[in-house]
Amino acid sequence: MSRISIEQVKHVAHLARLAITEEEAEMFTKQLDAIITFAEQLNELDTENVPPTSHVLNMKNVMREDVPTPGLPLDEVLKNAPDQQDGQFRVPAILE
Amino acid sequence: MSLFDHRVSELHHLLHKKEISVSDLVAESFKRIAEIDEKVQAFLTLNEEQARAKAKELDEKLATEKEFGLLFGMPIGIKDNIVTKGLRTTCASKILYNFDPIYDATVMQRLHEADAITIGKLNMDEFAMGSSTENSGFQLTRNPWDLERVPGGSSGGSAAAVAAGEVPFALGSDTGGSIRQPAAFCGVVGLKPTYGRVSRFGLVAFASSLDQIGPITRTVEDNAYLLQVISGLDPMDSTSANVDVPDYVSALTGDIQGLKIAVPKEYLGEGVSEEVRQSVLNALKVLEGLGATWEEVSLPHSKYVLATYYLLSSSEASANLARFDGVRYGYRTDNAKNLMEMYKQTRSEGFGNEVKRRIMLGTFALSSGYYDAYYKKAQKVRTLIKQDFENVFEKYDVIIGPTTPTPAFKIGEKTSDPLTMYANDILTIPVNLAGVPGISVPCGFVNGLPVGLQIIGKHFDESTVYRVAHAFEQATDYHKQKPTL
Repeated sequence: MSRISIEQVKHVAHLARLAITEEEAEMFTKQLDAIITFAEQLNELDTENVPPTSHVLNMKNVMREDVPTPGLPLDEVLKNAPDQQDGQFRVPAILE
Repeated sequence: MSLFDHRVSELHHLLHKKEISVSDLVAESFKRIAEIDEKVQAFLTLNEEQARAKAKELDEKLATEKEFGLLFGMPIGIKDNIVTKGLRTTCASKILYNFDPIYDATVMQRLHEADAITIGKLNMDEFAMGSSTENSGFQLTRNPWDLERVPGGSSGGSAAAVAAGEVPFALGSDTGGSIRQPAAFCGVVGLKPTYGRVSRFGLVAFASSLDQIGPITRTVEDNAYLLQVISGLDPMDSTSANVDVPDYVSALTGDIQGLKIAVPKEYLGEGVSEEVRQSVLNALKVLEGLGATWEEVSLPHSKYVLATYYLLSSSEASANLARFDGVRYGYRTDNAKNLMEMYKQTRSEGFGNEVKRRIMLGTFALSSGYYDAYYKKAQKVRTLIKQDFENVFEKYDVIIGPTTPTPAFKIGEKTSDPLTMYANDILTIPVNLAGVPGISVPCGFVNGLPVGLQIIGKHFDESTVYRVAHAFEQATDYHKQKPTL
């Protein structure tokens, strides 16, 4: 039984903001299915009472004084922008 | 004979005695690059004009100053996922083909303060996702020991440049083996520090809970000198650890009398080639001869590390790589009528297939209905893997095994099946999952290809890792071998 369908792959691609062709959807379905099937070996382990690890060191929140400092200069920030206008990033129309 | 046959401390000494100048060192790098980089293809971007100007400036300083640091005037190569102010940083991805960083990574600031000289930016697998540098969006880096073979990855450019004598040392990054595996394949020394030892500020994030920057060098001593400069707490990285940084070089005593070594049976079993196994057993004999003892142990959750790693690292990557959307920097498609199309086309045209595959795997593992079954499950298994290491380190000083199951494979040999490529990292991944430090040092040759010995230590105990690696290096001459190019 496959773990992920081509429809799911297309949905995931949409969530990840990736445009994929029909052929790519087929290829990724096959590959992701193999990887997910492989990953299901983790189900052999009983982890009912095991806490999850999100960070390997026993660190607490790191606090500091909230001191205002100058931000980055606008011309520097915009230097790499593909498109800009009036000191702002410019993007294509959001609504049709 | 190249200047870079000398250790960094020897070069430092030559500078002191005024037998060489900083300009000589920088010229040596660019001369070697001009000679052989067409074959090796390690560098993506060169910093020649600035490097030569900086060398002149430092030579003037050298004329008057008596005391200067060990890295003063030393040429260094930087993996292209570490941001360098004013020097193009691409992560070997088309999506950042023209990115000109407006700030320096913390490690770069520290290198500048030490007066090291950046020679250029080194090729890698796109966004550090890969084990062969074949996933670069720009060029194919070749292994200096055999140009038909991969240099390993993802820091393949860094390891190849050091092995080929283009720079005395380089920085790489390691998320699942990306420093140690290419170091093993190219016959050089590569260390992944303890998670939190080196600031990640300015390292373009792949998997934030696993990524670490570390040194790739010709010798263990050079490695220790470089780590010394880049280590330590950084207010700009809240995961950098507030732990004292010891003097690493003073740990290189050559004395490992009474050292207790654990050798996991899972690291010499199925999947590891007989020749690699033999090289590691020979290395253990050398260490025994130096007064260490070793015993076989078990890391019982070893078979689960690949699955755990790919779920966690891909999940983190899917979030981290959301920022590449064509709005603020990098590539933007010309073929979009509205914002949503612009996002999708930009990302589809900008990312390669391995990156897309991992973003999708991560998006799936984090998506509603699958989060507990995949992502959270993997986080729980990570706890078990980490505990395996803690248990062994209660009784032993270091864990030793091979760095990779086989020596360098052929270009194109593993590109068709992602799982086959992933399996190559089975011995390095657990170190990242546990957050402990690990080094790869040369321990033999199989058919003319280098083999790496992996030495793994306790959290923040890079000193012991270095001490063992150095003692082994002094007792052998594998690190003195050089590829003929």
